[in-house]
Amino acid sequence: MTLRVTGLKVYYRTLRGDVRALDDVTFGVEDGEIMGVAGESGCGKSTLGKSLIRLDGRMRYVEGRVDLDYKELPIWDDADMNDFRYKEVSLIPQYAMSALNPTRKIGLMVRDLLESRGIPFDTVSAELERRLGLVGLDREVLGRYPIELSGGMKQRAVMVLATLLNPSLLIADEITSALDVSTQRAVAEALVGFRDNGFVDSLIVITHDISLVYQIADTIMVMYAGKLAEKAPTDVLVNSPRHPYTQLLISSLPEVGVRYEGKRLSGIPGSPPALLNPPSGCRFRDRCPVAFDKCGEEPPFVEIGPDHFAACWRAS
Amino acid sequence: MLRLDGISKSFRIGVLGSRYVPAVRDVSFELRPGEVVSLIGESGSGKTTIGRMVLRLLPVSRGTITFDGKDIAAFHGRGLKDYYRTVQGVFQDPFSSYNPVFKADRVFAMIRTGYFPRIRDAVWREKVEDALIAVRLRPETVLDKYPHQLSGGQLQRLLIARALLLDIKLLVADEIISMLDASTRIDVLNLLGDLKERGLAILFITHDLALGNYVSDQTVILRRGNVVEAGATGAVFGNPTHPYTRRLLSSVPQLHRKWEQVESELSGVAGRCPVHTANDAGAALAEVSDDHRVACLALGEDRPCPDSAAVSAGTAGR
Repeated sequence: MTLRVTGLKVYYRTLRGDVRALDDVTFGVEDGEIMGVAGESGCGKSTLGKSLIRLDGRMRYVEGRVDLDYKELPIWDDADMNDFRYKEVSLIPQYAMSALNPTRKIGLMVRDLLESRGIPFDTVSAELERRLGLVGLDREVLGRYPIELSGGMKQRAVMVLATLLNPSLLIADEITSALDVSTQRAVAEALVGFRDNGFVDSLIVITHDISLVYQIADTIMVMYAGKLAEKAPTDVLVNSPRHPYTQLLISSLPEVGVRYEGKRLSGIPGSPPALLNPPSGCRFRDRCPVAFDKCGEEPPFVEIGPDHFAACWRAS
Repeated sequence: MLRLDGISKSFRIGVLGSRYVPAVRDVSFELRPGEVVSLIGESGSGKTTIGRMVLRLLPVSRGTITFDGKDIAAFHGRGLKDYYRTVQGVFQDPFSSYNPVFKADRVFAMIRTGYFPRIRDAVWREKVEDALIAVRLRPETVLDKYPHQLSGGQLQRLLIARALLLDIKLLVADEIISMLDASTRIDVLNLLGDLKERGLAILFITHDLALGNYVSDQTVILRRGNVVEAGATGAVFGNPTHPYTRRLLSSVPQLHRKWEQVESELSGVAGRCPVHTANDAGAALAEVSDDHRVACLALGEDRPCPDSAAVSAGTAGR
């Protein structure tokens, strides 16, 4: 098992109290697994990605533990995490444009980055060029400024950069949401290529678009209001979801070929609860069509089938 | 009702505006009452530029846009205001459409001072409530609130309600759901469908093929300012003919069907170019079946169309 997250709680500090963005999250990612994390805005999926690499000033580690390759990650300690960041855990941020320094040529920036980690640039430059080739970029991009590249090219350059030291775990946070559909596909398939080539052991792909992770992921985890709702192998989750939230989310997606006149889809009424003082019990209770008395108690996230986990009293 | 006739737009670039980039080239289509036309394209395809020209936010470089038979470029002062009484737009980012300093319902008050200065308070309140109910918002939950207190879906529906206050006949909806969450997206789409049934014409601009397909009667696929394929939505999606349309369709992530599967279904032989094999070679679009028009299959590629040589070089110039 590459990654093991147990009872992780990460809150945001605000003047009015803690916002429970990540509340008691437990899951694992196997070697060679691509796990998709899907959910609506504010469900805690980006907080999850960030907390595995760097807690920013507003985030507060509360409890829980994270193990990567059987070593505990000191995620609460910014300085100690430096030994793991980039080498063991790496992140591709949502906007590649903001990850690249606009005043430095890309090659120079890669050199700076590697040397800050104590790695001489020359030892990896051949590998860097080979990997740029694999994602369809010419080595000339190293001599260019970020502004000279298109969005998709920048995104792919950042992907190569992030995985250059063969990290165990790569986190890709909404990396395709700003791209056009054809570029989106190329970038998503490049991610799978990284895993197949052994550049990374396992991948967490965070997205709001469940149909994108359906294309590339081995397992999908659905989050709702800071908690895990359901996790299952991709085909199981998409074809026979058990949590009512997953079911409603999937049935509200218009697909190519579905027409308004023929089959009218419906959304999920209501909105997610505020996480400042979240209600007790199941957090989806107010919007759930099958809620009953028992939902006043919080449902545990338990295994309901082979590798199929859900947090719902109705599902277990 | 709305008719675009060979419209083109180029933007000046460079320090002194000495160079031109074409953004839209020779686009024609028509919108009838109660009809939804989807303009689908990737970034840089000119879809937003077309929407802005229809809303008179940008002048047209060449060609004409007519609304109920009148050229919209000729509207000034009073005439332009009357045009905006019947044609309104809603844009992508609901948060930047509001001034965060003021309450969200100020957009209604501005319509009142601009277009209905003499209406009585009670009548106006009823009108606002009717518009809110039409977009399925409960008046008491959205009125008297600041933009940050409302969700993206609520703000977007408020903007549609604002447009409905004006007895509009045409709504230009530019990427209005791409910033919304999956669970509220479909509600806004269904709302567009309901408005269409009330006789409203909608120009629906999107990059998402699945959304365009769900709600529209007619589909226009754009690439770098050119129309590559257009016609009845069922025909365009059921029998995508242009290689670009097929590529777009095979790149859309779908649920229940993987990319490889869609690609193998769509990877038939492209066939002969309908434009260069048609009798009236030289038109931008050739009719391949009833209400389904396709551009030259090599449009936008760097190579010439293989069929263009077959047609005598003298008549086939585009």
